[in-house]
Amino acid sequence: MNGQEPILSARGLVKRYGRVTALDHADFDLYPGEILAVIGDNGAGKSSLIKALSGAIRIDEGEIRLDGKPVHFHSPLQAREVGIETVYQNLALSPALSIADNMFLGREIYAGGLFGRLFRKLDHKKMQDVARQKLTDLGLMTIQNINQAVETLSGGQRQGVAVARAAAFGSKVVIMDEPTAALGVKESRRVLELIKDVRSRGLPIVLISHNMPHVFEVADRIHIHRLGRRHAIIRPQDFSMSDAVAIMTGAMEPPETAEAA
Amino acid sequence: MSDASQAPRGPQEFETALNKSDTRVAEFDVRERTLFDRAQHFLHGNPTMVPVIVLVLSIAAFGILAGTKFFSAFNMSLIMQQVSIIGILAAAQSLVILTAGIDLSVGAIMVLMSVIMGNLAVFAGLPTPLAILIGFAGGAGAGALNGFLVTKIKLPPFIVTLGTWNIFFALNLWLSGAQSIRSQTLDEVAPLLKIFGDSVRIGNAQITYGSILMIVIFAILWYVLNHTPWGRHVYAIGDDKEAAELSGIRTDRTLISVYMVAGLVCGIGAWASIGRVGSVSPQSFQEANLQSITAVVIGGISLFGGRGSILGPLIGALIVGVFNSGLRLIGVDVLWQVFAIGWLTIIAVGIDQWIRKVSA
Amino acid sequence: MMLRKLLLAGSFMAAMGAGQALAADVSACLITKTDINPFFVKMKEGAAAKAGELGIELQTYAGKIDGDHETQVQAIETCIASGAKGILLTASDTKAIVPVVKKARDAGLLVIALDTPLEPIDAADATFATDNFKAGELIGAWAAKSLGDKAADAKIALLDLAPSAPSVDVLRDQGFLKGFGIDIKDANKIGDEEDARIVGHDVTNGNEEGGRKAMENLLQRDPDINVVYTINEPAAAGAYEALKSFGKESDVLIVSVDGGCPGVQNVKEGVIGATSQQYPLLMASLGIEAIKAWADSGAKPENSPGLDFFNTGVTLITDKPVDGVESIDSAEGLNKCWG
Repeated sequence: MNGQEPILSARGLVKRYGRVTALDHADFDLYPGEILAVIGDNGAGKSSLIKALSGAIRIDEGEIRLDGKPVHFHSPLQAREVGIETVYQNLALSPALSIADNMFLGREIYAGGLFGRLFRKLDHKKMQDVARQKLTDLGLMTIQNINQAVETLSGGQRQGVAVARAAAFGSKVVIMDEPTAALGVKESRRVLELIKDVRSRGLPIVLISHNMPHVFEVADRIHIHRLGRRHAIIRPQDFSMSDAVAIMTGAMEPPETAEAA
Repeated sequence: MSDASQAPRGPQEFETALNKSDTRVAEFDVRERTLFDRAQHFLHGNPTMVPVIVLVLSIAAFGILAGTKFFSAFNMSLIMQQVSIIGILAAAQSLVILTAGIDLSVGAIMVLMSVIMGNLAVFAGLPTPLAILIGFAGGAGAGALNGFLVTKIKLPPFIVTLGTWNIFFALNLWLSGAQSIRSQTLDEVAPLLKIFGDSVRIGNAQITYGSILMIVIFAILWYVLNHTPWGRHVYAIGDDKEAAELSGIRTDRTLISVYMVAGLVCGIGAWASIGRVGSVSPQSFQEANLQSITAVVIGGISLFGGRGSILGPLIGALIVGVFNSGLRLIGVDVLWQVFAIGWLTIIAVGIDQWIRKVSA
Repeated sequence: MMLRKLLLAGSFMAAMGAGQALAADVSACLITKTDINPFFVKMKEGAAAKAGELGIELQTYAGKIDGDHETQVQAIETCIASGAKGILLTASDTKAIVPVVKKARDAGLLVIALDTPLEPIDAADATFATDNFKAGELIGAWAAKSLGDKAADAKIALLDLAPSAPSVDVLRDQGFLKGFGIDIKDANKIGDEEDARIVGHDVTNGNEEGGRKAMENLLQRDPDINVVYTINEPAAAGAYEALKSFGKESDVLIVSVDGGCPGVQNVKEGVIGATSQQYPLLMASLGIEAIKAWADSGAKPENSPGLDFFNTGVTLITDKPVDGVESIDSAEGLNKCWG
């Protein structure tokens, strides 16, 4: 991957909450086409890092670059507008709305013609068609009715909808926060396949997870966050899960060679 | 790439058992369901059906009990007239309740705006259409104040509108001196204010423009809620505000607009109420806010937000009207009418909770 | 109108300022049912004017809605605590208020019930009120005489105040029926009559909207109604709107009670056939004078002869006078009207 420019990078991010420093000059790099896992103990600041990258919080210091250009996010909306999509742990879906409505929430398609422009009429049919297409692309069309409410879906299906939404609109980066945390064994498997699927379509993914087997299965590189900063970057091929946990908790020194980026 | 054997790069060992298992992902079970289950599911998908069924059944029941006095085109149109103002307020109320809020000030906004329209047209000598437009703007402005306090100052809607209810009520008293503007004065100076009291006759039915206005307002709101992004956002915010925000909806802006539209509808209701009452009456509609909430709840819109069809409250208002008319015509004391509406409300919320418990 | 309001507000503030500047050692409280009824608004104005004249500091309180008993109890307690010499009270709940009224009297305050007698009536030191039964009787008698022979098969609708039937509601309703010549059975109970001429009772909350709805409902029960009793003039105006939409406004006699200016104007224009005028300003100003007398000399006001309260008077206003019922015309009524 050397020689390639990172698609999304950060340098010296600082975020303080009162007297607590959540991010202490943290760095971050995501390269095109990879799955980068972010792991860290509770309180290490990984969720602050992710929020900073997805625009959910404002950083106090530091710089975020997308495609080499500096970006400043004041809201998740701005991050989305430049092509960074986030699948939140709570999925950010509206349970009572349909799958199609949820996929297009906040970026609806208008009907053409005078009527559409004048009365801001939605193009329900087109939105349904696109939604169906996106789900089919990801092999999620066990869902029969695109108009059924999201709350009638299983946990895995909901995750699928959220991932499909991110994949459909994320032109640059998809961030996934604990996508398998709430799922059973079978559904977790399905979601992991989905993540690989998204990567194979060329989109780089940032994966936040506590689940070491899942991380080691899908990640190309692992960013280990500790004490508010990037502690190490390792490749899953080079280390065991227990090594990763040891580095993460400070029980083992990060290897010199691991600092590749 | 280095030695791949060091880390597992496929499914976990324990997961290999999955290969033999069912590969479908949590599909709907096609298990046998009882009629009861199926009814619950049907109602979950069609929440407005409950009030519709109640309306049809109550019309039939009172038709049998009270005979043709009740079941006549004229009486049906009269019920429409009687519920038209509460119906319009219920439409405004529904918007707010869909966002998981509540608006206790709808009645007070309406009465205040009717007093403003009347005062401007009759005493200040403004052209009536201008007075009406100022009333509309005032309604939207009052709603914007509610919305601002709810979103920017982050106060609970119940508290905000409890406060503004009192504020608008006091302003109404101050402006009107609690004195009505007489019907005859309006006829002379500003007959346009009473236009919604006029009616068209179709057979025996006497349909006021006020009744038609109510239907039109519901139709417009139905369109807006179901066929514009704004409408979808209103539902999404009521469903889960945080999720809506993360989905990229500008929730504060949308919420303020919801309260504004509700206020505007109250302003329109103010005009209609002058027609309905026949005069500008600062004393009327003191309980209209609670009656509007009753209609919304009976109409199957969840007080927890995000659920229910805007057409429900229209049916809800009609149910209340049918009950009042029917009970009166079979000679039931007012007391027991109030009693009946009370139970109706509680049963409606109970049914809402039951429907929401449906499991996929 | 707006200008008038501003001036009014200004003069109120001036009056308040003046009251404080005098540092009056006599203070009084006026507690009304609501601020939404012009009757009470006028009462307040009458009391404020008289208090200013006599150098009495006046505090006013009102319930938020009709029947707001709690606020009135709190107001009385505040008055006791503030060391007021007397209280003018229009009670929302005439029975429940009695214990706290007793507390006030025990503390040495003169309590005068205005407009609405307490139950029992002697729970207050004095009652300055319209004879509401008489007010009802006058319009009842006028309606019966106006109909002449046709009174025998009249169809009567009664538009009352509220489901809780406060005493003013009962007195006017029953007075009207008695005046009309109907056996009212228990004079303390609305609706126990068995006369076939009565189509029904309904409640209006004393406003136009309620008056209209109640009239519509009773017309649905019997479209041939030709006599309509109403608790007050706003209800009468609402009833008239309903009659108009049924195309029956010219066949029906509407009678009412109050004598507010819009109501008297409606008499003049033939909307209301006759109304019994009462005098809230007089009640209030007499009440303030009585408190002044009590503070100065300890004298309590006396009742009108033959009554257990002081009658502030009631006058029938109609432009179609009938023999045997004394009345004044609307022109004269407009001179005396309030609001």
